[in-house]
Amino acid sequence: MSSNNLDTLYRQVIMDHYKNPRNKGVLADDSLTINMNNPTCGDRIQLTLKLEGDKVIDAKFEGEGCSISMSSASMMTQAIKGRNIEDALKLSEVFSLIMQGKDYEDDIDLGDIEALQGVAKFPARIKCATLAWKAMEKGLKEE
Amino acid sequence: MDIHDIRQLFPILHQEVNGKPLVYLDSAATSQKPVQVIEAIDTYYREINSNVHRGVHTLGTRATDGYEGAREKVRKFINAKSTEEIIFTRGTTTALNTVAASYGRANLHEGDEIVISYMEHHSNIIPWQQVAKQTGAVLKYLPLQEDGTISLEDVRETVTSNTKIVSIMQVSNVLGVVNPIKDIAKIAHENGAIMVVDGAQSTPHLKVDVQDLDCDFFAFSGHKMCGPTGIGVLYGRKQLLENMEPIEFGGEMIDFVGLYESTWKELPWKFEGGTPIIAGAIGLGAAIDFLEEVGLDQIEAHEHRLAAYAIEKMSAVEGLTIFGPKEASKRAGLVTFNLDDVHPHDVATVLDAEGIAVRAGHHCAQPLMKWLKQSATARASFYLYNTEEEIDKLVSGLLKTKEYFSDVF
Repeated sequence: MSSNNLDTLYRQVIMDHYKNPRNKGVLADDSLTINMNNPTCGDRIQLTLKLEGDKVIDAKFEGEGCSISMSSASMMTQAIKGRNIEDALKLSEVFSLIMQGKDYEDDIDLGDIEALQGVAKFPARIKCATLAWKAMEKGLKEE
Repeated sequence: MDIHDIRQLFPILHQEVNGKPLVYLDSAATSQKPVQVIEAIDTYYREINSNVHRGVHTLGTRATDGYEGAREKVRKFINAKSTEEIIFTRGTTTALNTVAASYGRANLHEGDEIVISYMEHHSNIIPWQQVAKQTGAVLKYLPLQEDGTISLEDVRETVTSNTKIVSIMQVSNVLGVVNPIKDIAKIAHENGAIMVVDGAQSTPHLKVDVQDLDCDFFAFSGHKMCGPTGIGVLYGRKQLLENMEPIEFGGEMIDFVGLYESTWKELPWKFEGGTPIIAGAIGLGAAIDFLEEVGLDQIEAHEHRLAAYAIEKMSAVEGLTIFGPKEASKRAGLVTFNLDDVHPHDVATVLDAEGIAVRAGHHCAQPLMKWLKQSATARASFYLYNTEEEIDKLVSGLLKTKEYFSDVF
């Protein structure tokens, strides 16, 4: 594998989210809190979500992990803010298909998330990318 | 055997990964297998396969001879007094669980203490947590020195007359330190406790003598010492094993079965319920033959050289932190490290693109990671087939990693 292939994993957008994470922090006490970790590697995330009706009006994350897991968390919070629960869960399904290298409906605007497509080619890193999304799914499905 | 001859015996090493010659630096997770081991397993299934200890037929006898012959090889390898003290298990984890579930549950009472250390692998922590909960015993942790070593002063302070079990790893899979097991066993015995040793990381790399260590139980795995996965060993002192109950019941381990009561076979078979891991034991026997042919002294010396070389070269990489003692004389052949702010997963991915296999994560030692104040670390571990040139490749891979991520930070 040349470093070109490494570049398909470590896209600039990913590195930007890693270096300047969006929505880093913790929301106030009354928000929905989800803690999740990846027991095989030690990555962990605390996700806080503020819901109003069926809408996610705010999302923040704290945690520690590699560039892929932290950038994915940053992009995820960015993507679900303002969406309703159903849409957020739909997006999570699409993200899971992307990670498996499967086709998905391409009428969805993925924004920055598109940059994570290269992760599918690095099977050992897929769990890094999906951690934040699993946390979000867990939280919203419980609602 | 010189290093070139040794490498020739490991077919897996002669391949490219991601377009680069494989540099396998993850032997502490599992070692590679020489042709002797692969062929012993192949021959077993092609020519011998049969169940042990029951068939009257010829293959049954050959399989039994192979399986019990492997037990004798293990006995000699770790210098146990008798094959009655050698129990085949699935690995170190099963061996330690057997001690906790059988000896621990029968002998621990409320207020008794179990002493382990902060550097233990999960398999030498959780079985003791469980048995402590079941019996009301207290689990105590030995603190570590600044450089990750255990001081005998701390052992003397932590182990008391209430301590019934001391269980410590001989070599740390993260810090690489070699613990003074013989001295710790002496302190344990002076306080009336038994000494359990997790030998998963020591048995492959240095000469183990259970009588000299004067330990009561010693556990290790085949797959880290050139043998197959799925086979391990629990050594136990005969008088302790004799008084212990099996934890698995069924075929193979019984003497007489009645409607409501049964009796057990003699040692060691009472602890080996079900059809045993026959091919695994024979493969482990072949691995022992191989290690003895090379010589444990030579293997230990080779790894010391590699560790010293790696520490010297890696220390020169700016921003690289090495965990554990810096003196190669205090450690076995592995180096755990972190590189600046680059997460170990990212380090491992970039190295993998160079064909270099290292481990990244918490190494099944979360309490130790907490002690080190790291969420994860990277680890390069060496074995008899590794070379100085491979360490040079690791170092140049690390420099590339730094360069690759330099734009980010």
